[in-house]
Amino acid sequence: MSAMNRQPKPVLNPYLAGAILGVVLFASFALTQGGLGASGAISRIQVSATALLSQSHVDRVGYFATVGGGDRHALDHSSVYLFLGTFLGGMLSARLNGRMKIEVFKGPRISSWQRLAFALLGGAIMGYGARFARGCTSGQALSGGAVLSLGSWAFMFCVFIGGYALAYFVRRLWTD
Amino acid sequence: MLPLDINAELGRAGGNAVFFLIGAAFGATLELAGFGDSRRLAAQFYLKDMTVLKTMFTGIVVACLLLFLSSALGLLDFSQIAVNQTFLWPGIVGGLIMGIGFIVGGYCPGTSVVSAASLKLDGLLFLVGTGLGAGLFGETVSSFSEFWNSSFTDRLLVSDWLGWSIGATVFAVTLMALGMFYAAEKTEEFFRSGTFSWKIARPVYLAGAGALFAVAAAVWIIGQPDPLRRWELLQGRYAALLASRAVFIDPLEYLKTANDTGIKLLTLDLRAETEFTVFHLAGSERRTLDELLDSRVAAPLAQLPAQGVVVLVADDEAVAVAAWQRLKVQGVSNLYILEGGLSQWHARFAGRTLHGKPFDLSRPPASVLELFPKDAFTPKIKLATKKRSGGLCS
Repeated sequence: MSAMNRQPKPVLNPYLAGAILGVVLFASFALTQGGLGASGAISRIQVSATALLSQSHVDRVGYFATVGGGDRHALDHSSVYLFLGTFLGGMLSARLNGRMKIEVFKGPRISSWQRLAFALLGGAIMGYGARFARGCTSGQALSGGAVLSLGSWAFMFCVFIGGYALAYFVRRLWTD
Repeated sequence: MLPLDINAELGRAGGNAVFFLIGAAFGATLELAGFGDSRRLAAQFYLKDMTVLKTMFTGIVVACLLLFLSSALGLLDFSQIAVNQTFLWPGIVGGLIMGIGFIVGGYCPGTSVVSAASLKLDGLLFLVGTGLGAGLFGETVSSFSEFWNSSFTDRLLVSDWLGWSIGATVFAVTLMALGMFYAAEKTEEFFRSGTFSWKIARPVYLAGAGALFAVAAAVWIIGQPDPLRRWELLQGRYAALLASRAVFIDPLEYLKTANDTGIKLLTLDLRAETEFTVFHLAGSERRTLDELLDSRVAAPLAQLPAQGVVVLVADDEAVAVAAWQRLKVQGVSNLYILEGGLSQWHARFAGRTLHGKPFDLSRPPASVLELFPKDAFTPKIKLATKKRSGGLCS
């Protein structure tokens, strides 16, 4: 089966990908007055999952209640549609470029199970930080950076500082 | 004139479809850039592969140039674009936490969506973790909500902070990005091959850098339109509000609003200083038309909370209208003019008494309203619903 061992196509040149990203971001501002984002929708999905388990808990915790309390539906928000689009767009591109495959990306020195545990942990730290900073790399750094928001620029440099500061200590996760 | 308000143009369903399509383009671009692979993302922090920095900053600079070039050319009204609110210290702390999450987990939220969508299990686990972390934040934020809501400015641009024009700031940001790209190329070269040269190896990179430089220079040279030019561009959108007198409020409605504790009222008096000294409404501030052109004066008015109302007072209606135009194009949302200025104010209230006693004409109490029939005025003030805030992150 040639499809099975088809090599994934090479990825785009980083500057070309960036230029396309910039045009998509501009289109988002021009059509919707706002930029891109991901973490807001993830938070909304989390709130709606919590509401399935216990609506009263969502009503009680102020931070959740503002998006999903009472008769508000956490998923009834444009960011959720943007999220669905991001997911399906990524899926389509992966499919067309031969990258649609179950696998675990990891550094050579750790096992897949270790990698999955660290992915979950890193995700949790990221999710906490993204809510703390009121937005993620897309919503704050990319969108806020393009409109010259001072807070977004300060935030962006801090993401890089945080990453570089810890990189040496967790090098076993990623390097040879 | 951009931006469109897609939900108003197409309705909720059509608007959501557009959000979905933008998302699809975003997801496909991240995937095409190779950002579904945590190894490529993490490599940024080990200096061997600077893809993240190159793609991210190219995206920021291209979008930034497109936005401010269209604004400079009068094609886009930047005051209607959502700018992320600045919560400086929470943003700094959150950014540091995210940097740690990035290097431990290998993704950021957007890239993990794309990674999970292409069946990468580490991306899927990261995405699940992001949801859990967001939940944990919601459970704990009440214990430090004071810090989390501190150091806030609604719409603070890098240019405001530097005290530069937007054009100069855009130019500087572009130059900085080009410098970073050059440094990234040289860092990769050094860490991959151990050699180093000053040369730019690919002519197409030089051409691309030249194009960005030229557009940034053009944005700076053309400059952003001042409020007077913006009114020329935008009067199609707002002139009807003046013509239909929908923004002229009766003195009685002013009185009602001033006594409404649920409304934050700001009154600007545009008359000459001598007249202002003789009489002015309690709490009003004197401003000249020229001062309203200054973004440092206008910006705080555009950043009032949703229940903020600004009322302009002048005896010459042409002055009030000019002030309204200047502030409207700078994004002031609940903006009204006191009908007939202070002459009509005096005509309404002079000689009236409360229980036989005169009252302070500069701050009549709410009970004065009872002296008038309920239909003595047509209410005009409609509070705009909460302005767009930090885009899609909330």
